[in-house]
Amino acid sequence: MTTTPQIAVTNAGDDVSRTTLLSIRNVAKRFGRNLVLRDISLEVKEGEFLTILGESGSGKTTLLRIIAGFETASAGEVWMGDARLDRQPPYRRRVNTVFQSYALFPHLTVEQNVAYGLRVAKRPEAEIAARVSEALKKVKMSAHAKSKPSKISGGQQQRIALARALVNRPQLLLLDEPLSALDANLRRQMQVELKSLQREVGISFIFVTHDQEEAMVMSDRIALLRSGELEQVATPREIYGHPATAYVAQFIGHTNLLKGEVRAGVVRCGPLMWTAALPDGAALFSLRPENIRLASEKTTAPDTVRVRGKVRQQAFHGATELIRVECGDGLVMVVRTPGSGGALDEVELEFSPADAVLVRESPERI
Amino acid sequence: MELLVSETRFDSGSRWLLLHAVAVFVFLYLPIAVLILYSFNGEGVGGFPPHHLTLDWYRTLFADGPIWDSVLNSLQVALAAMVIALTFGVPAALALERAQFPGKALFRRLVLLPLILPGIITGLSLLMLFNVMGTKLSLMTIILGHGTALISVATTEVFAGLQKLDRAQEEASLDLGANYWQTFWRITVPNLKLPIIGAALLIFTLSMDEIAVSFFLIGRDNTLPLEIWGRLRRGITPEINAVSTIIFIFSLVAIVFWYRLRMRGEAGADVAAEIVQAVEGDAT
Repeated sequence: MTTTPQIAVTNAGDDVSRTTLLSIRNVAKRFGRNLVLRDISLEVKEGEFLTILGESGSGKTTLLRIIAGFETASAGEVWMGDARLDRQPPYRRRVNTVFQSYALFPHLTVEQNVAYGLRVAKRPEAEIAARVSEALKKVKMSAHAKSKPSKISGGQQQRIALARALVNRPQLLLLDEPLSALDANLRRQMQVELKSLQREVGISFIFVTHDQEEAMVMSDRIALLRSGELEQVATPREIYGHPATAYVAQFIGHTNLLKGEVRAGVVRCGPLMWTAALPDGAALFSLRPENIRLASEKTTAPDTVRVRGKVRQQAFHGATELIRVECGDGLVMVVRTPGSGGALDEVELEFSPADAVLVRESPERI
Repeated sequence: MELLVSETRFDSGSRWLLLHAVAVFVFLYLPIAVLILYSFNGEGVGGFPPHHLTLDWYRTLFADGPIWDSVLNSLQVALAAMVIALTFGVPAALALERAQFPGKALFRRLVLLPLILPGIITGLSLLMLFNVMGTKLSLMTIILGHGTALISVATTEVFAGLQKLDRAQEEASLDLGANYWQTFWRITVPNLKLPIIGAALLIFTLSMDEIAVSFFLIGRDNTLPLEIWGRLRRGITPEINAVSTIIFIFSLVAIVFWYRLRMRGEAGADVAAEIVQAVEGDAT
């Protein structure tokens, strides 16, 4: 049914038991002649924090807008439980959105903004008052209930947008780069708050961002989108440790991409050589800089790959140091070491073959 | 030295500029000043300088029944035209900004055409239409004339407002469970309040002093501009100056009101929004 890599959930024990809340099935979106999403299949579990990660133009916001109902998919289906979601108008979906620009209503007070959803749903006034004040308390904004949105700061507007969405008790909350307008400190703080809020309310979150660090910190799972296609869907650990493609390996953290050749169970990559049970032919490996060590004379573990090289560049980062080493045959390796203790010239590097992860090529797409 | 030269040069340049500006302002406002001045002139419209300043002409004016009838007629026409123009103009603006439909470019031109069409053409064509239909000319025909001719004003004003409106707000409203109709009344309209009030004031003013269209469609009842025009043919009396002065003051007040509304609206404290909110607050 789908060709998307599905390494996903397998090693995230508790996720298996959760039931699927949202199911995106083979969704495609075309704007004129432009295909912005192709064959997206993705499932979101109850109570899960899923991040759709991608560069600008990868289609992540479009996917979110299809779930919210502001765009219609050109092909495919979206299901919520056993109901077809993509045929319902946005106002019937039990999905709420926190917009990138917050989209607070400027003519209403903070309180009236939060009450909006309950009011159009014609809830009794007493219930509205109680739920609004509870929601404002939850985002620590009770003191600003009577203010107009234009009178409060960006971070506060952000909280109100969150409260306005959560007060309706949606089954699913969509967040479209909600932190991108905040400064770095506030942003880190909100990441933590948002994550703990999500745990507390137990609602599934779909969070869209282009910031891989943010995705790693907050998510249960990350769906990495590239030019309208899913590259990989997996937990942050899985996606970092076992990137499926060269693109994923490079997008999330730093990596060394090693182009090798396999013959009779032996991988050759310039001056490097190790054994691996792989079929013959070209192969691409991702090797994280922190998995390469500076070899000392004493440690000669039997199963390590060693290579000598000249240090071309050394960048001190405080806790760690990034070193670029030229190993001959055009092979340059980037190594992350905990402090080298000074300037280096000739070094010997070593790594375990198990850390060289086989990845698929990521062909250029137009 | 060079600096000095350029400075004096600039000085003489700016003196000419000042003179030019004064000339323009005199040209613009001297007639109005004279009009106002002569409304207080005891000797009628003749004679310079005016003497025997008096309020007699205002007394005559207040006792003048037909003038006040025509003012009342004009007010009725302006208000009705305002309602008609807004009811058709606002949806037209929404259609132009929001909807995609075949023939949209043509629709746009047709809606905006009356803005540049000479009043004589509009008036004459409406007169012929009413003739064919066998409609008796009355205030009603003037209302229809003004209403339709001014739709384009409502459309352009509201269209400009719509383009400034953040679409995400309407999406947020839909997202929060309000349907399209609720979203329109609760979010779109309050955000369009300034353009709508602006359009209403503009339509009102344009209708109040409209002559060309009214001239063709007039029945038994005169509008104020036509009443004034009719009297002028019998000779000018300062009573006309008096009524013109009053109109001038009213227009000035309206303009200042609108300007302040706009300034405060842009400064963030949305007066109009507060008004509507107060009304809505009572309703809920």
